[in-house]
Amino acid sequence: MAVAFLLLPLAGLMLRAPWRGLPDLLAEPAVREALRVSLVSATLATLFSLLLGVPLAWVLARTSWPGLSVLRALVTLPLVLPPVVGGVALLLALGRRGIAGRYLDAWFGVTLPFTTAGVVVAETFVAMPFLVVTVEGALRSADRGLEEAAATLGSRPLHTFRHVTLPLVAPSLAAGAVLCWARALGEFGATITFAGNFPGTTQTMPLAVYLALERDPDAAIALSLVLLAVSISALVLLRDRWLRAGVAA
Amino acid sequence: MRRTFVVAVRAAVLAAVLPLAACGGDDGGASGAAASGAPSGKITVFAAVSLSESFTELGERFEAAHPGTDVAFNFGASSALAQQITQGAPADVFASASAKNMQQVVDAKAAGTPATFARNSMEIAVPPSNPAKIATVADLARPGVKVALCAPEVPCGVVARKVLDNAKVAVTPVTNEADVRATLTKVKLGEVDAGMVYVTDVRAAGAAVTGVEIPDDVNAATDYPIATLTESSNPALAEAFAEYVLSAAGGEVLAAAGFDRL
Repeated sequence: MAVAFLLLPLAGLMLRAPWRGLPDLLAEPAVREALRVSLVSATLATLFSLLLGVPLAWVLARTSWPGLSVLRALVTLPLVLPPVVGGVALLLALGRRGIAGRYLDAWFGVTLPFTTAGVVVAETFVAMPFLVVTVEGALRSADRGLEEAAATLGSRPLHTFRHVTLPLVAPSLAAGAVLCWARALGEFGATITFAGNFPGTTQTMPLAVYLALERDPDAAIALSLVLLAVSISALVLLRDRWLRAGVAA
Repeated sequence: MRRTFVVAVRAAVLAAVLPLAACGGDDGGASGAAASGAPSGKITVFAAVSLSESFTELGERFEAAHPGTDVAFNFGASSALAQQITQGAPADVFASASAKNMQQVVDAKAAGTPATFARNSMEIAVPPSNPAKIATVADLARPGVKVALCAPEVPCGVVARKVLDNAKVAVTPVTNEADVRATLTKVKLGEVDAGMVYVTDVRAAGAAVTGVEIPDDVNAATDYPIATLTESSNPALAEAFAEYVLSAAGGEVLAAAGFDRL
């Protein structure tokens, strides 16, 4: 029953797709632009999530600093927060008149809303927790014995991290990165609220689908199929090798 | 430990889903409204988001005049609402901000004959302090001015672009918002220097925004049609509400909100 529940909407999409008119619908420049914005911002968001999230996961898993459980709760908040709420919060913090954003604007002339950078920020906000949670789990369950062995052999902490710990958690890291990328790709509420919607700059695929639905349902279905294909290829590319190993780790 | 966890999750999911299933049973009772005598029961009105305040008030006045009735509203962009109705969303009345979206619903044989009840023209909304010193439509095209427009798919976006055409001003917005209130919000938050919204939206926003009038010779307007829907579960009440909106009493509420007299 669960399988039917999950597969039925996908079946609906495939069955109702305008297969004949698909090439024309997909040739529109708006589609290519939305896809480009989506892929670029999701990838950048994943990169930032890796840069910021892996150290954070390490702190959560390996240290015993005070207030760690509060930190963990805060970090996983975007996981349960409705995305549009995240968007509102980002606006209030980093918008042109936001508590931090106003200084960005006044001192550096940098405004995040309505830019692709804003899209990346919104997507990083909602997707990073996926990475942090996955990597933290892996670090917790990794075999510390190997790291200790490296230490006794004279390896310095950073060296151990790069050559022992990271390879140990690599499958989970990859799985977390894929989850993070997929979540960033599908982000809608936070993006439209914080970054706005403009073709070529901030209009990601989900936004394009939403608006196309009001103008031309066939175009919306075509765009949905493209997103579906991209998501499935990402899953297939990494599925067997990483996800299974990542889950087992 | 793991077993208990799985059982707990299953229980939680069931607990979350069952009340939703129970909800669906409610509206069946309302359709038993008597065809003769006073209208009663419940209806759902899908209305353009620019009608939020005026229709809420019309609903309250209607309920006060006809005790025992319940008028519920679903406000959204007219294009999104038309889409929902043609896909089978349960609604009794549709009030659209454009004849085009109403026509979509009529063409899908989901609505009766529409009647126009209001007209709305555009106004530029700016943050209260007007930081970019917008005074005319041409100011919107100044370099460095951030303008929010409605997406071209929604009625407000269509009319806004007509105004820009009339004024022969080319504006590249920083964002195309999904409905007129989202555009207004971007102005209220100070994220943009100006937004093109309806006259009624500027009035509804009160002190949160300042309005910059658009001269009549370049301004454009949109007509608001209302129609009862063929799939309505309470056609008598739906008809009564639509008539009330079209009546003189309804017209007063709309005029007070800033809609143009027809």
